[in-house]
Amino acid sequence: MRVRLNGSDTELDDETTLDSVVRRYGRGDRGIAIALNGEVVARSRWNDVKLSEGDRVEVLGAVAGGEREVDRWTTPSY
Amino acid sequence: MDDPLVLGGETFNSRLILGTGGASSIEAIESALVASGAEMATVALRRISPDARGSVLDVVERHGIKLLPNTAGCFTAHDAVLTARLAREAFDTNWIKLEVIGDDRTLIPDGPELLDAAEQLVDEGFTVLAYTTDDPVLAARLESAGCSAVMPLGSPIGSGMGILNPYNLTLIVEQASVPVILDAGIGTASDAALAMELGCDGVLLASSVTRAKEPAVMADAMRRAVEAGRLARRAGRIPKRLYAEPSTTFDDAPEL
Repeated sequence: MRVRLNGSDTELDDETTLDSVVRRYGRGDRGIAIALNGEVVARSRWNDVKLSEGDRVEVLGAVAGGEREVDRWTTPSY
Repeated sequence: MDDPLVLGGETFNSRLILGTGGASSIEAIESALVASGAEMATVALRRISPDARGSVLDVVERHGIKLLPNTAGCFTAHDAVLTARLAREAFDTNWIKLEVIGDDRTLIPDGPELLDAAEQLVDEGFTVLAYTTDDPVLAARLESAGCSAVMPLGSPIGSGMGILNPYNLTLIVEQASVPVILDAGIGTASDAALAMELGCDGVLLASSVTRAKEPAVMADAMRRAVEAGRLARRAGRIPKRLYAEPSTTFDDAPEL
């Protein structure tokens, strides 16, 4: 199935969980938040929530920055 | 002299809050943070990438600095509220520096969207520090909405133009019963000192330090400027006069 992951069309196995999406980035889950189709998904649910075709997923973390750092490539779109 | 900043129910010995944007490296941020003496630092929430460099989160936590997530890049109340919720989830804090920008070129806040977002976030239990224009009426509205601090700009973000409207800032300080933090526009140490002399409770700055040729040295300068400005405010300055006022009177002056 195809989902929109951090602004890129991405091919994932069916029923991929949010937990395994986070693992793709290889930096643990500390300081990470996920928006799925414009809604926050609590960390406690990452293991249960399975993605579906066409889902929009934003996987976000802390970056040094403020308003000057607005960047089209890293700014999430909800 | 013990003179802490009490904000959102917490106590800070430093009145300087450091933004982390604009630095050339994570090491530069770290040395600036240490030199600034700041006890709170802002971070933004962005898409992560597999090849990310060292985390600003690690640096902030290593030095026991309070993390203040911001909603940088949001142009609507909807996006800002969602970003605040995501930050709460990511960093386990209900503190948020609320920014809702209304103009791409000047990055000046959008008053109605800002107020809308502030009301929603206060209802959801957030401790809201609102980045706002230097409009005293909007500042009062934000305080009424339950913001824990109002943070007027001195001039546009990253412009380094200092405080363009000291009069408005004076009005904001005079009426506020929550801390007023000068946020944005600081170019150099004298700007930070002026903010404190005008009665601000603290200063939030980023670019003036992170984009200085020597960020850690400028951070040290800002630390001293904020302290000096605060002391001067408390000391009570002399009024400005048009003509000289001799410090030694002419009484008992000899006739030579």
